Amino acid sequence: MFQTFLIKYGEIAIKGKNRHLFEDALVKQICHALKGVEGDFHVYKEQGRIYIDCEPGYDYDETVEALQKVFGIVGICPVMKCEDGGVQKLGDDVVEFLRQTYDRHDQSFKVFTRRPKKSFPIDSMEANAELGGRILEAFPDMRVDVHEPELQLYVEIRDEIFIYSKVIPGPGGMPVGTNGRAMLLLSGGIDSPVAGYMISKRGVCLDAVYFHAPPYTSERAKQKVIDLAKIIAAYAGPIRLHVVNFTDIQLYIYDKCPHDELTIIMRRYMMRIAEHFADETNSHALVTGESLGQVASQTMQSLAATNEVCTIPVFRPLIGFDKQEIVDIAQKIDTFETSILPFEDCCTIFVAKHPVTKPNVNIIKRSETKLAEKIDELMRTALETTEVLLIE
Amino acid sequence: MEAYLDNSATTRCTEGVRDVVVRAMTEDYGNPSSQHGKGVEAERILREARETLAATLKVSEKEIYFTSGATESNNWAIIGAAMANRRAGMHLITTAIEHAAVLEPMAYLEKQGFRVTYLPVDAKGHINLRDLEEALCEETILVSIMYVNNEIGTIEPIAEAGKLIKAHNPRTLFHVDAVQAYGKLEIRPKKLGVDLLSVSAHKIHGPKGVGFLYVNEKTKLQPMMLGGGQQKGMRSGTDNVPGAAGLAEAAREAYTQLGQSTEQLLKLKKRMIDGLKTLSKSDAEPVKRGETAGKPDAQKPCIVIHSEEGDKSAPHIVSAAFPGVRSEVLLHALEERGIYVSAGSACTTNKKVPVSGVLKELHLPKELAESTLRFSFSRFTTEEEIDYCLEALCELLPVLARYARH
Repeated sequence: MFQTFLIKYGEIAIKGKNRHLFEDALVKQICHALKGVEGDFHVYKEQGRIYIDCEPGYDYDETVEALQKVFGIVGICPVMKCEDGGVQKLGDDVVEFLRQTYDRHDQSFKVFTRRPKKSFPIDSMEANAELGGRILEAFPDMRVDVHEPELQLYVEIRDEIFIYSKVIPGPGGMPVGTNGRAMLLLSGGIDSPVAGYMISKRGVCLDAVYFHAPPYTSERAKQKVIDLAKIIAAYAGPIRLHVVNFTDIQLYIYDKCPHDELTIIMRRYMMRIAEHFADETNSHALVTGESLGQVASQTMQSLAATNEVCTIPVFRPLIGFDKQEIVDIAQKIDTFETSILPFEDCCTIFVAKHPVTKPNVNIIKRSETKLAEKIDELMRTALETTEVLLIE
Repeated sequence: MEAYLDNSATTRCTEGVRDVVVRAMTEDYGNPSSQHGKGVEAERILREARETLAATLKVSEKEIYFTSGATESNNWAIIGAAMANRRAGMHLITTAIEHAAVLEPMAYLEKQGFRVTYLPVDAKGHINLRDLEEALCEETILVSIMYVNNEIGTIEPIAEAGKLIKAHNPRTLFHVDAVQAYGKLEIRPKKLGVDLLSVSAHKIHGPKGVGFLYVNEKTKLQPMMLGGGQQKGMRSGTDNVPGAAGLAEAAREAYTQLGQSTEQLLKLKKRMIDGLKTLSKSDAEPVKRGETAGKPDAQKPCIVIHSEEGDKSAPHIVSAAFPGVRSEVLLHALEERGIYVSAGSACTTNKKVPVSGVLKELHLPKELAESTLRFSFSRFTTEEEIDYCLEALCELLPVLARYARH
């Protein structure tokens, strides 16, 4: 029965003169999300609202599921649209709406009417009273409760009349594309996909970089990262995944540097490579899944030592999160099951028994001078041989 | 160059097999249960396939039942036999190194109240017949022993075990998982005292998803697939005609040239083992080991070969450990050069169970178990492939051992 959705958005409404930019971005993202859904849709802005008209035969559940992945949407309201045929007909329509939408009719309710169309014969207060009366007449077991109603019925009287009572929550956030582009360091773990999701939720387009270390990591580990990127792309839009062959750099560091500093030095080179591709793809920040104190390489000193090589901002949206909080989000966005598949990633292969937890940047820098002979060449090769996959 | 040395995992279909499968799918595609001519034609293909397979074992074609593969055959043989004979006793015997498709049904039956004895194996994977003799009791209704171990190639003493079992009680059933033996060895269930025997097609250059179970006509077995009553009501489900035809063709090809291919496989196996032995002594010795990585441990030999030579081991499997190099890493390094092998058995990617059950039963030290690779050949494997693999190992081992994890 619902041939229209009314889309509610939150923060966009307060963006002043830029508001239309955000609305246009949201319309674009909704169209993109509905591409894969069965049905024909017409998405449009009208009087400060976004509507989606659906041709008969569309798949309701699939549509709602797709819309729930569009950042910027706060609420999805399935709407019954009727023609304006005067007060009597409106009452009939409202009763019909309740009859079709609900199986039982014994709940408390309240009617909210809005009347932008001033030519309608009665005003919104009168309409509330009139429609309330009609409902009580049709369903004697229902009762009015203006303070804590179980059912809130919204009626908007415009050129056409919109009736709805359900607001399905959307993901919130900002439409993707309104807040620039960032480069995500994506491993196969639980944290980095969640970090990507959270930054994307703030309206950011994502690209990603993955460090592959054959033969120490398998093709299956790479496939797992591709699968994760695909899940995030459902929210964030297309992602260019940069697959960097990191083996030779890793082995060279292993040969030349103290083993307890391996992870830090390795991560510094990862950041350098990520920043290189960020520049290339016009990204203005890096995104990592680090959480303060989670492992040796994520102590404050370690983060400072890794951060030191970056010139663009590094966003760490999970910095204050506990593991369980991260897992909860991973489960919600459906990356968890994939993340826990047991393949080694390149960070876990050469972990020392007792890595430094309070690295001193100057000592680390001194260790890195031992790499002077070949590291530039190895870096160049790694950058040149990077494979870029478009994940949609 | 490519070297596929993982033939115990699966094999390439031969062209002959492909052709009969395609014909059964596109031309003689009838349902043997149909009454019209198309059905009759399909039934003929099925019957001929059964006859071909029966001939390879010298049994009656009435004793061949097609299944979806060895997992189904093993499940059916074990659970079906246990259930049908439970009134005679509730005791089962198997070995500790069986495939999961045997061990899991056994574990299931334990939950149903059966008692299961798991025979231990010696360092080379052989069961001790005395253990079997001691385990047999009044209550024993079924013994299940694999013919050839899938991870290290050990041939179990099936004939002797059969004699023992039948001498103890002729009614005790004997099931043999012959997945790695069929097509490689002459098998005579009637002479061996075997009542149930499981076979898979895709290990002998046949298609995946098909196999058979030999069931001695006197054996009481409960059906597990219930439905339209196909295969004398013992295994319902539309007959997999293309699969059966492909399996029969694969078996026919394997057994018409058995002598020749066994000889060839033994030659390949010897070449592989000799090559590994040479590598082990020479410059593949991980130089500087103990300086940069790992513990100082120059005493141990570099390569430890698990598989035996001679007639107590299958001709197509060589299992060896490369201490100091994790098997997964070596596997992927070989893969980069187009060489495909297995780590232990096919399930070592899971961190939580890094060591295979079989290798654990051999009581190998952790270092050996975690560094074991399996090379398995087929009659299409060439000497060049073996040499190519040995060359790659010679180059890779010193490098990889250097970067061993602590």
